[in-house]
Amino acid sequence: MERHRSFPDVLAGGVFILLGGAFVVGSLGYELGTPLRMGPGAFPLLVGALVTALGLGIVVKGLVAGELIEFGRVPWRAVGVIVAALLFFGFSVRGLGFVPTSAVTALLTTLASERMRPLTALAVAAGLTVAATLIFVVGLQLRIPLWGPWLGF
Amino acid sequence: MELLDNIALGLSTALLITNVLYCFLGVLLGTAIGVLPGIGPTATVAMLLPITFSFEPVTALIMLAGIYYGAQYGGSTTAILINLPGESSAAVTALDGHAMARQGRAGAALAAAAIGSFVAGTLATVALAVAAPPLARVALRFGPAEYFSLVLFGLIVSIALARGTALKALAMIFLGVLLGTVGQDIYTGTPRFTFEQRELYGGIDFVSVAVGMFGVAEILRNLENQQTRTAIVSKVKNLWPTREDRRRMAGPILRGTGLGAALGVLPGGGHVLASFTSYAVEKRISKRQQEFGHGAIEGVAGPESANNAAAQTSFIPLLTLGLPAHPVMALMVGAFIVHGITPGPNVITEEPALFWGLIASMWIGNVLLVLLNLPLIGMWVRMLRIPYQVLFPMIILFASIGTYSLGFNAYDVYAIAIFGLLGYLLIKCGCEPAPLLLGFVLGPLLEENLRRALIISRGDASVFFTRPISAALLVLTVAALVITVLPAIRRRREMVFTEDE
Repeated sequence: MERHRSFPDVLAGGVFILLGGAFVVGSLGYELGTPLRMGPGAFPLLVGALVTALGLGIVVKGLVAGELIEFGRVPWRAVGVIVAALLFFGFSVRGLGFVPTSAVTALLTTLASERMRPLTALAVAAGLTVAATLIFVVGLQLRIPLWGPWLGF
Repeated sequence: MELLDNIALGLSTALLITNVLYCFLGVLLGTAIGVLPGIGPTATVAMLLPITFSFEPVTALIMLAGIYYGAQYGGSTTAILINLPGESSAAVTALDGHAMARQGRAGAALAAAAIGSFVAGTLATVALAVAAPPLARVALRFGPAEYFSLVLFGLIVSIALARGTALKALAMIFLGVLLGTVGQDIYTGTPRFTFEQRELYGGIDFVSVAVGMFGVAEILRNLENQQTRTAIVSKVKNLWPTREDRRRMAGPILRGTGLGAALGVLPGGGHVLASFTSYAVEKRISKRQQEFGHGAIEGVAGPESANNAAAQTSFIPLLTLGLPAHPVMALMVGAFIVHGITPGPNVITEEPALFWGLIASMWIGNVLLVLLNLPLIGMWVRMLRIPYQVLFPMIILFASIGTYSLGFNAYDVYAIAIFGLLGYLLIKCGCEPAPLLLGFVLGPLLEENLRRALIISRGDASVFFTRPISAALLVLTVAALVITVLPAIRRRREMVFTEDE
């Protein structure tokens, strides 16, 4: 096998170490118990340590004999816009109601594509809002108010 | 004949008008998402799961199962017509299927795929009906120690089939197990890792994890390079294969069915492995090896039969042991639980109508799929023209609404964003998302049975080695681990996956 460093390997290992370590630290705050009666902290501690160890293994392997992976470019705009759309939906669906929240979420999401023209985006958002309202509220009787209290209804 | 009685019971359930209707809806949706690249069955089932909560349990499961095996049919259409696998297992079909389409034989390729899928689906459903009851009887004797070892075995075997390195797949599994511990502890009720947020007491919803990892992360991958779609072979004619084609198809279909039915039982995407293996086998034994890659009908018929047979038999571990073999199955575990049914060996005796109804519906579904896919092929071809710019906002919006409606909990929607980002980052680093989801679903089971087994044995950990079934499963687990990690075998495994890609 050819020897080379691999940035994605190190990054992935780092993520595992970070998350595994966080769970280890967190589980130390709970009762560990005995093997007979394991406390709430014992199992997460065990698995957290395992994930951390595997993460270390991946980092070491990435530095010595990494996997050849093309990391490629990151579509930052899409990442930002889609996360914003999801957060917006969760935050405002109760307050704004189904229709305005769906429309804004859909419109925000269309911005993720760089090739989307404004008029097309509006049309897609409008169409999806109508479709979602028909499917989820009219068809499936989802109990979310169409217009929420923030709008003064 | 007990089997015949059971099949009669199953058919009487599956043939109820509502069940046929939802079976049709399931396979229709499944075909649609299979045809459309960039949206897979996992994300779809995750989105639709909340909707099915109001259905009868058997109706809900029939529809969800239909989406899963319907997607296997649809994926091949896209693979053949535009050389883009709509579903991961259709990647092999693209090799010879698209070559056939370029030679103007798209009709024959589609027919080979559909007929192969139908034969495989039918035979594998019979295999499922025959193999499931005895397995369930064995599983009824399992105690917590056996279940712990079995779950561990299932998790480890699933990485043997995943792409990428074994180390990363292992880390993904246990990260999933770890995330599954968020929420109230089952024995003491202590809230764990909840940051004092009441909304997190019930744990992270697995629909959020599935939608994030399989829906959002996939969309971000697709938005990396937005090229225009490759030209579509839009004219499909001569659907009925010639006598020569029919003769060449028969062997590969039967061999593919056998391979697929056997490999489908394995956890972790046996259907992908099945189609690759079938292609390798057909190529090796064929007298026309030079034709492979340039439009050999055997290279379409074999793998397509294999992946459909595997899709069917992957229900065996779910229905007999309660172990999901695929992320979609993991979501179906959720569907069972919501309806108050614990998936596992008891389903067959306590809910015989549901068990046999689901199996019978698969056969009906396969008939419906042939009708949907061959005469209506023109409709699917037109659907391929829907631009991605319309599709991905639809996925995001419907996913948000579906997930929110699970429990009217905004945190479930925030979790989609978090898992979308985490999934995207990890996928970019060469980690497969499927092991994480399986670990996430099976993690609580692992912890519960570990602790229960230790309570029963008064804290003596040797119980896992002294009980024979448990010990055998642990030995198999270690063997599976050794096989995946050993470099020589790993190289061969990579070869199977990358051959001719």
